Amino acid sequence: MLSRAKLFTKLNHHAFMRSFTVKTKPEIKPINKVLIANRGEIAVRVIKTCKKLGIRTVAVFSDADAKSLHVSMADEAYHIGPALSSKSYLRGDKIIDVAHLTGAQAIHPGYGFLSESVEFSALCEKTGVIFIGPPESAIRDMGIKSTSKHIMTSAGVPCIMGYHGENQSDDFLVKEAEKIGYPLMIKAVRGGGGKGMRIANTPEEFLPQLQSARTESEKAFGDSTMLLEKYVRSPRHVEVQVFADKYGDAVYLWERDCSVQRRHQKIIEEAPAPGISEELRRKLGEAAVRAAKAVNYVGAGTVEFILDKEDLSFHFMEMNTRLQVEHPITEMITGIDLVDWQIRIASGEPLPLTQEQIIRKGHAFEARIYAEDPANNFLPGAGPLNHLTTPEPSDFVRVETGVRENDDVTVHYDPMIAKLVVWGEDRSSALNSLISRLSEYHITGLETNVNFLMDLARHEYFQKGDVHTGFINQHFDTLFPQKVIKNEILAQAALGLIINENNSALINSLREGKLNDPFAINSDFRINSTHVRTVKFFANEKEQQVSVMQIQDGYKVKVNDGEWKNVQVTKVKEEGRFTLKVNMEGVVYKYSIVITPESVTLFNESGKTELQIKQPKFLETTSGSDGSKASLSAPMPGIIDKIFVNVGDEVKPGQSVAVIIAMKMEYVLKAAVSGKVKSIAGKIGDNIGKGVTIVEIEATEE
Amino acid sequence: MLNLKRQTLNLTLRHVRQLHMFEANVITSKIDKNSTEYQENFNSLKAMVNNLQLITQNVLRTDETAIKRHQSKNKLLVRDRINKLLDPNSAFLELSQLAGYELYGKEQVNSAGIVTGIGKVSGQLAMIVGNDATVKGGTYYPITVKKHLRAQEIAQENRLPCIYLVDSGGANLPRQAEVFPDKQHFGRIFFNQANMSALNIPQIAVVMGSCTAGGAYVPAMADESIIVKQQGTIFLAGPPLVKAATGEEVSAEDLGGADLHCRTSGVTDHYALDDEHALYLARQVVANLNLPATNNYNELLSLNYRNQTPMTNIEEPLYDPTELYGIVNSSLTKNFDIREVIARIVDGSRFQEFKKFYGDTLVCGFAKLYGTTIGIVGNNGVLFSESALKGAHFIQLCSQRGIPLLFLQNITGFMVGREAESQGIAKNGAKMVNAVATARVPKLTVIVGGSYGAGNYGMCGRAYSPRFLYMWPNSRISVMGGAQAAGVIAQITEDQYKRSGKEWTQEIGDKIKAPLIKQFEAESSAYYSTARLWDDGIIDPVDTRRVLGLSLAAALNAPIEETKHGVFRM
Repeated sequence: MLSRAKLFTKLNHHAFMRSFTVKTKPEIKPINKVLIANRGEIAVRVIKTCKKLGIRTVAVFSDADAKSLHVSMADEAYHIGPALSSKSYLRGDKIIDVAHLTGAQAIHPGYGFLSESVEFSALCEKTGVIFIGPPESAIRDMGIKSTSKHIMTSAGVPCIMGYHGENQSDDFLVKEAEKIGYPLMIKAVRGGGGKGMRIANTPEEFLPQLQSARTESEKAFGDSTMLLEKYVRSPRHVEVQVFADKYGDAVYLWERDCSVQRRHQKIIEEAPAPGISEELRRKLGEAAVRAAKAVNYVGAGTVEFILDKEDLSFHFMEMNTRLQVEHPITEMITGIDLVDWQIRIASGEPLPLTQEQIIRKGHAFEARIYAEDPANNFLPGAGPLNHLTTPEPSDFVRVETGVRENDDVTVHYDPMIAKLVVWGEDRSSALNSLISRLSEYHITGLETNVNFLMDLARHEYFQKGDVHTGFINQHFDTLFPQKVIKNEILAQAALGLIINENNSALINSLREGKLNDPFAINSDFRINSTHVRTVKFFANEKEQQVSVMQIQDGYKVKVNDGEWKNVQVTKVKEEGRFTLKVNMEGVVYKYSIVITPESVTLFNESGKTELQIKQPKFLETTSGSDGSKASLSAPMPGIIDKIFVNVGDEVKPGQSVAVIIAMKMEYVLKAAVSGKVKSIAGKIGDNIGKGVTIVEIEATEE
Repeated sequence: MLNLKRQTLNLTLRHVRQLHMFEANVITSKIDKNSTEYQENFNSLKAMVNNLQLITQNVLRTDETAIKRHQSKNKLLVRDRINKLLDPNSAFLELSQLAGYELYGKEQVNSAGIVTGIGKVSGQLAMIVGNDATVKGGTYYPITVKKHLRAQEIAQENRLPCIYLVDSGGANLPRQAEVFPDKQHFGRIFFNQANMSALNIPQIAVVMGSCTAGGAYVPAMADESIIVKQQGTIFLAGPPLVKAATGEEVSAEDLGGADLHCRTSGVTDHYALDDEHALYLARQVVANLNLPATNNYNELLSLNYRNQTPMTNIEEPLYDPTELYGIVNSSLTKNFDIREVIARIVDGSRFQEFKKFYGDTLVCGFAKLYGTTIGIVGNNGVLFSESALKGAHFIQLCSQRGIPLLFLQNITGFMVGREAESQGIAKNGAKMVNAVATARVPKLTVIVGGSYGAGNYGMCGRAYSPRFLYMWPNSRISVMGGAQAAGVIAQITEDQYKRSGKEWTQEIGDKIKAPLIKQFEAESSAYYSTARLWDDGIIDPVDTRRVLGLSLAAALNAPIEETKHGVFRM
């Protein structure tokens, strides 16, 4: 990890030494043990840098994380409470106790949890532990929106213009509107969901739109107070990484574009931002440095701007006073280890480099791999990582993850599985690398967004760098095309399954000590006839039968009643992942497959295809479920929030029966049939897994 | 093999000089693929193989109406049942596919109405015996009984667990006299079951259709049995007979269905919902046999296959086995070098020949078949005294060392004539016959050409209990050649004519000879033999290596016994 830093070491070494000699009064408190008050990939990421710097590490963990990667990687690990984060990772007092107990001089908060907690920062200072982050005051100043805007405006950082005042007279508002400029957004103070909101594109439109918004707001909320704000039609989310030391110096480490979002969360980020001139880039950076200096910032911070895609004007939005999830792309283009810098600065060292010495090279992308179902409105998921293989990390590819194969993605925390970070000489080569590395990210056991990320990265407009925050909505149809599983895929999957069965038999014979078992070597042999093996999949909403026949120098494969096709298997590799290369009637396909008794999952250059294997009938009959749709089960893992019915109640189709909460989202379970509630499994507050039956309804005979 | 970079020598590797290498000689093939002889041979034998495949296809596909009726009851066809019972990738060594072929005139009893063979079930080699209910309702013709008993014999000799997929109407009543009373008739099936069970050769029955009267004893005598709901029935007398005997009216299901036998009578042990479920249960039963070298196939599914690349260290033969077509002259009038055949069967075409320059009409030597050392005895002409002595010596070597024997028969017989007799061909041949008869190592026989007279004995014919015996489609078997037999009969008749003073003409001779030649011609064909179960099947010469490999693997399932030869007349 961070080995790209090597590329820059020589360049920066001289500057680094000089920066030490320039500063005269270093109050350096050496740090040789760090507590990481976080979990998952960020904890792992911080531990890695600590190891590199020879710093000992202390991990903390909840019940849910006892066996997780960050615990196994740290030198010491302490249990701090149950899975619920308010009882573990948010318990600053417990964490400080652990720091004292272990003699850790500093705490790295990662992101999320306590990273932007004023109280925690203060508590650290009070108890004599170094908080690797900004001072309490900076967090406080940036945490309150109105205060931060005020400070920024005074510091000459452009902010979104607006009027939030009491005076609601037409004349006054018209004057304010002129100050702000057009287009302009008129918004009900009490409003929400687009109600009581209007856009005025020109001064002529202002009054009629204001009136219309007031009427609507009055009706909906019984109040007609309006606020005015500059309207950015196609905003881009561009943020600048800054660093400041305790001596009042600050630098910027260039910007990142995080425009493409879903559910107001980033999924793909890049650095530098595409389509931006060097001059604008410098202006963004300088504005960010001014912002940091204005609040006497120390450490790593991110200044977020809204960049208008049309006129390229930018406005301060907020400052994140922590290390960001997407910080690795900045590391990739600068060769700087940001965690290293954080620790140095926290210990009292000056900034290692001056602004002129910070060199930018190439282009980097980060894709966030989530346990979620993009096709189902990005519904978050959880479950076991039955199979997990990643692209090979290298100088140009980073896989930042806190999970291993067979770990669970739990309902308790963020469903992010990993961050895939790639670097290329320029944007297009970095993007190509991102797409092919994504195709090498193989996960089964739960639904992920890997396929979606690939479709996104391949999208014509994304390729052009034409990004903005409404990207996914705007291109919804082209991002979610109707996917039909092709016959070639079915054939490849069946072939892989059968080759794997044959190889498994050989392995089994080997384990028995029979090196040359003819019954395994001559798999499929039948005297004077050919054995046709069939595999039945469910695909494209119907049963699909693939027939496979072993012939002298390969196989013949047929899908349903189609033509037999000749296949030569040119390569089978089983180390790490089961990969095949086959020549099907002159076309060569390379793919990997993961097999379970129920499914075959195929990975190729266009992503993942999961095929269900038709199960024998007797399994359905004996498994206990009688196949009726009267039972209501959890569509995703979560917590039972509400149950509206009691045993014996009559229910009608469509009636709400229970509510589940998962990943901050509500999911209402509704009865599908009319009948009587037969049983209720679980109670409010119970944690339940996906597919668990909650309410069973005995359907009324019609 | 020699690593010249001695400075980088890895001490864990063993480097040996040529002299010390364990490398048998590779057979140098001398065939000329461009010769007209090769081409003629090739076309002729290839046509025979095509004919074999055509006949087999017709036999495997029984009559369509019976198949439809069978499938309409949600029953699987017998070969589909077997495929689902086997491990998904297992080879299946089916035996005597053409038993019953043209045996009962107009009645076609395809594959004798029963499928038998060896395959892997839950990792365990097993003998599978499945009735084909689409052939005469799965009833037992005499040949059906013979095939069933042969399968049991193989199972017992090779200690293979037996799985009976029962779906049979019982004995074929019109033929009861040829099916019921004798020692090797129907009753022997249950005798074998009991005795194999006593030897800890597991007996498992899956009742997937009717098991009436005698048939009821197959599941009843089994160690463990499975029955399919609403398909399988077991009773000593079916509903019609019950009604006739007692007047009681009862449905087949109530009289002997799965519910009755699993819940009330205890005749069966496992209750299956359908055919697939029954076969799944049978696999589970086999998985729990706890026989040596068994393992549970289900482990495979959870097996982490990463970092494990299956590897075998066997060498395929150096020469293409399809060349066998061009080597063998199908008219059997011309001899061919048996080494050419060996070169297309054994690992790496490597053959370490024994006594190469002595008694050279019999070729003896060691080779490997799928990594297992075997001794090969093959014919390169008529057997002389020296050849017989060499054969006896070699068989003794193999039985002493526990090396399985492979006989490649292409033999017209032992040498006849005054000279041969005076050299004691009778006693020398007897030595070889004695050695073959008493050798307890697994013996495999393939008839690749002719199999005539006492040559058949010396070369481990059916009577000498090879574990498996196969024929090539061109091969012939009879006590002697048709022309010779006709000549003998004609000579005897001529003598009688002359004694009684009748006039003898060439025409009379021809008249006597012609039907005999025709009869011998028909009765010596491989199809005639295989229809009567004189062998375990006709195979495509190209498949010889694979069939022998599978057969050897099955034979090695039983421990090799010590041999005690009889008295050799010196």
